[in-house]
Amino acid sequence: MKIQLVATAFDPWQEVVRYQSGQPRLEGKFGATTVFVGTLRDFNQGEAVQAMTLEHYAPMTEKHLERIVHEASSRWPIEDVLVVHRYGELSPNDPIVLVAVWSAHRDDAFQACRYVIDELKTRAPFWKQETVGAGKRWVTPEG
Amino acid sequence: MIHAPARVKYMSITVRFFASIRMKLGKSQDTIDCKGIMTVADVWERSAKISPPAHLLAAVNQEYAGLGQAVHDGDEVAFFPPVTGGQE
Repeated sequence: MKIQLVATAFDPWQEVVRYQSGQPRLEGKFGATTVFVGTLRDFNQGEAVQAMTLEHYAPMTEKHLERIVHEASSRWPIEDVLVVHRYGELSPNDPIVLVAVWSAHRDDAFQACRYVIDELKTRAPFWKQETVGAGKRWVTPEG
Repeated sequence: MIHAPARVKYMSITVRFFASIRMKLGKSQDTIDCKGIMTVADVWERSAKISPPAHLLAAVNQEYAGLGQAVHDGDEVAFFPPVTGGQE
């Protein structure tokens, strides 16, 4: 299991390859890998988004992401999980979050991946501020 | 007979503000020294000095907490709006 918060742009596909190749114990153990990548759009609520700042509460974010991953591991028989989440200044097309799950079977991998990203959205203390037009606005959970 | 004065416990609480709450108050961190029993709501009142906004969330030592939860010496109390991580 690995949880990483990063301040600079990352390539989620390279992260998956790098992490998996560094885990020889996974070889022959998994039959399914599900990967979710969230990417910053250049539009939101009908307006062009030029940039986004992602603020977080570092120790609380790490604590809750770890807990969410442990919950997923106890609910589904999964082999491994990798979570990478950006913070700081982002541009459109930048990946925001990566959740990768390795499991023996696809159904467990799909469900665990969905659980991690859904719980992360409501529990991990991140806040998005978009730059739209001449100003900035905080994103609300409804938006 | 002389009675010893009741011991009053002094507490120091670290307060942190995030996102729109931080910007509204113009500060990200505060320390309040107080005595007696305090709740998360008392910490807000002492430090923010305005009514709590709707949908205000709080955490004590990085765990989500209600406004009525008691705080103790050395606690870190954080206030923030609803979270918006991940991706839609």
